[in-house]
Amino acid sequence: MNAHALAVARTAEPVPAPEPAVPPVIRLEAVSRHFNPRGGRPVTALDDVSLAVGEGEIVGIIGRSGAGKSTLVRIINGLERPSAGKAIVGDVEISALSEQAARAARRQIGMVFQHFNLLSARTAAGNIALPLEIAGVPKAEIRTRVDELLGLVGLTEQRDRYPSELSGGQKQRVGIARALATRPKVLLCDEATSALDPETTHQILALLRRIRDELNLTIVLITHEMAVVKAIADRVAVLDEGRVVEQGPTFDVFARPRHPTTRRFVSTVTGATLPESLAAKLSRVPITGRNRALVRITFTGEQANEPVLSRVARVINIELNIVSGQIEEIGGKAFGTLIIAVPGDVVTLNAVTSALTRLELNSEVLGYVP
Amino acid sequence: MSLDFLNTVIPPVIQQQLVEATGLTLYMVGVSALLGTLFGLPLGVFLATSRAGEIFAAPVANRVLGAVVNATRSTPFIILVVAIIPFTRLIAGTSIGTTAAIVPLTIAAAPFIARIVESAIREVDPGLIEAARAMGATPLQIVTKVLVPEARPSIALGLTLSVVSLIGHSAMVGAVGGGGLGDLGIRYGYQRFMPEVMLAVVILLIALVQSVQSTGDFIARKLDRRTRRG
Repeated sequence: MNAHALAVARTAEPVPAPEPAVPPVIRLEAVSRHFNPRGGRPVTALDDVSLAVGEGEIVGIIGRSGAGKSTLVRIINGLERPSAGKAIVGDVEISALSEQAARAARRQIGMVFQHFNLLSARTAAGNIALPLEIAGVPKAEIRTRVDELLGLVGLTEQRDRYPSELSGGQKQRVGIARALATRPKVLLCDEATSALDPETTHQILALLRRIRDELNLTIVLITHEMAVVKAIADRVAVLDEGRVVEQGPTFDVFARPRHPTTRRFVSTVTGATLPESLAAKLSRVPITGRNRALVRITFTGEQANEPVLSRVARVINIELNIVSGQIEEIGGKAFGTLIIAVPGDVVTLNAVTSALTRLELNSEVLGYVP
Repeated sequence: MSLDFLNTVIPPVIQQQLVEATGLTLYMVGVSALLGTLFGLPLGVFLATSRAGEIFAAPVANRVLGAVVNATRSTPFIILVVAIIPFTRLIAGTSIGTTAAIVPLTIAAAPFIARIVESAIREVDPGLIEAARAMGATPLQIVTKVLVPEARPSIALGLTLSVVSLIGHSAMVGAVGGGGLGDLGIRYGYQRFMPEVMLAVVILLIALVQSVQSTGDFIARKLDRRTRRG
């Protein structure tokens, strides 16, 4: 991204939290968190973050490493206190509780970790029992609950296996069962699929969606992978340098990413990737000599089923070449991406972009190639 | 080896002494290892968890206890034995004999065990502490349900090391009439010029250390679930 776009991003007002359609279970109000490491420069991990997560929603929070994602989860479960602002979960302001009260509140918030964090000395069943033991649940009750949970995540056969004897996906199933043991209303997933292969990731996401549907669970997914958000999240918030730079329904964010960071994330998963030979030659400024511009067009919903390209060609009567294209489904809606090459002179390019705008299509000039 | 041959090499009276000395060594080492663990385990847990930023953060107490532990560990054992004679008398009622010897042995063992437990606990994946905290565990629950169970294999190996070093120390308590194998070796083997007794003592000690080490390794392997076993 160019310097101008970044400057705009920095000075932009923080995005206000749109109200979810259902009453919020998690609400962050203008949360900031600063660290003052001894001998180091002060760090702002979170800057004026407002976020509301409705009951039964799956919300993805995406950001690069260092964007403040981990701090955000730790504030939601009360392991860390905001420097300013409030964190409300259910009907308690967790950020204002005493350590003892926060411990009780945490039992109502399940947490799933990237590296599973299972006790090596306990079996699958033993690990699932841990939060129940911590909560002081009677032994007999723990036994029945653990069996129930093993069934829920499909690990009844593996009940007496130790983590070292389980695959990554099985370990994460144990992690999920453990997080659900105390019947929490909220599940926090911190990079829960980042250590898993794509196939296993898919299965774990399917499991998360199923338990959300069955238990009406509210899920917050912290991730750096847009594919995860695309696969499962109802809404998404993009975190960049401690700020929420964009948030909204997943489909809208994918269809019309406004912030440069969001665009970058979106381009990692939608069919907007350039063939490598072209990407290597791509220039931000027009090239002298034979010059073609690459334009990315995104079309959504009904548009995806229409003969968009032939209309454009008819309207402006130029030769245009398809570089890459894809139609996929996000949140149950069709979402298409098309990259075309057109003559790169200013007049033609302007004609193309205004024609696209007339057809109510989103377009972006990616750059120029010889 | 026939019994006759054994009787010619080591007189039956001395054989009797060897058996008794072995018993005394086992008694001293056993009791002091037990008491040393009783004091060393909580001390080690405290040393590991009271550092700045840990679950029982108390940096000042941590530094003070750390210094005491280091001081005890740097004192040569034979000097420790005589230096604490008044304390030994206070605890055991006497400063001489096998039971009295248990006091300095325990005092030498406890800090050693504490350091071993401390390092075993600090090896536990911090992610597990984070997970337990996220479940709403109290610091004490984190210690009893997460840290100590996860550190058990390392603690078992460390305790084995402590017992072996206690066997070595127990050879020195002859200086305060503690008896045992080491004492026998010095009195008969060295002072009475009976190299065969010295040899017998050394062989018995080697056998003792070997069996302690094998038992310790076996237990640690049984406890360790961190790697897949084929």
